[in-house]
Amino acid sequence: MANVSIVLVSHSSKVVEGIRDIIKQMVPAVSIGIAGGTEEGEIGTSIDKITKAIEEVHSVGGVLVFYDIGSAKMNAELAVELNEYENVHIAEAPILEGAFVAAVEAGMGKSLEEVQVAAEKNDRR
Amino acid sequence: MVLNVANTVKWMTLVNEKIQENKEYLTELDQAIGDGDHGINMARGFQEVEVKITATDYDNVSDLLKDVSMTLLSKVGGAAGPLYGTAFLKLSMEVKGSETLDFPKFKSGLQEALAGIKQRGKAEKNEKTLVDVWEPLVDYLNSQDSFNAADFESAAKEAMEATKDLEATKGRAAYLRERSIGHLDPGSVSSFYIFSSLAEVLKEGD
Repeated sequence: MANVSIVLVSHSSKVVEGIRDIIKQMVPAVSIGIAGGTEEGEIGTSIDKITKAIEEVHSVGGVLVFYDIGSAKMNAELAVELNEYENVHIAEAPILEGAFVAAVEAGMGKSLEEVQVAAEKNDRR
Repeated sequence: MVLNVANTVKWMTLVNEKIQENKEYLTELDQAIGDGDHGINMARGFQEVEVKITATDYDNVSDLLKDVSMTLLSKVGGAAGPLYGTAFLKLSMEVKGSETLDFPKFKSGLQEALAGIKQRGKAEKNEKTLVDVWEPLVDYLNSQDSFNAADFESAAKEAMEATKDLEATKGRAAYLRERSIGHLDPGSVSSFYIFSSLAEVLKEGD
């Protein structure tokens, strides 16, 4: 079974690029999709970008999505609902710390549910 | 009242006109208690809506409303995108296949739109969000047997103005807590433009 993949959604592309760099340094074997900023490259989030990021890293292992503030959560939910994905979950955890914990767990071959529980517990905060 | 393809296109065109005219004003309102992008985002979104719906032929109002929804979802950017996008999506789903909307159908559509906004934003009344315009308007409509454009518009205006005294507990403004009191909620103001445009279009048709 493929490792769980991670998607990072933020209002800023720099935020998600930076978080991906931090995670990749420790866990290179997990796919990380990023959706930062709007289509125009401004501060905001975009359903289309989120959908593309999910498609890019999607596998049978599933995808766990992390978001930052405001519209990020609503657009992440819409991307999942409109595409009717079944093994894509949205995590309720701080985007950096949560995604980091999730990547480590995913790299150990844990299931989507296990990775999500670990990220949301996030006891390394 | 009857909403058909022609006057719904007119409705959206008028919303766009009002949003473009008040782009700076919406930005100022949002700079006071939010992230300052509401004017630009709404102007971009409704400009695209007008382009899309004036270039397409529709057999029924529900398909038109669905295109409004999809355009807002992908073009607006800030929180207004998913919220207004969901509202128009739920409205179009509730009236699916309808060539025109009469008053009872419009009422039930708007009720579903409100439910969609609340579900998407996890918001309730009195949190200083657009729910504070949509919910009083749905309540007002549910108390009426026929549509009165002037009364509808004043109900929308009154609801919008009442957001000034509220303390925000949802959205960006919630971070400011009591500092948000004394400012109009930008989303409630753009919602007012949507409803006052509808009133104007239906007044003309009387």
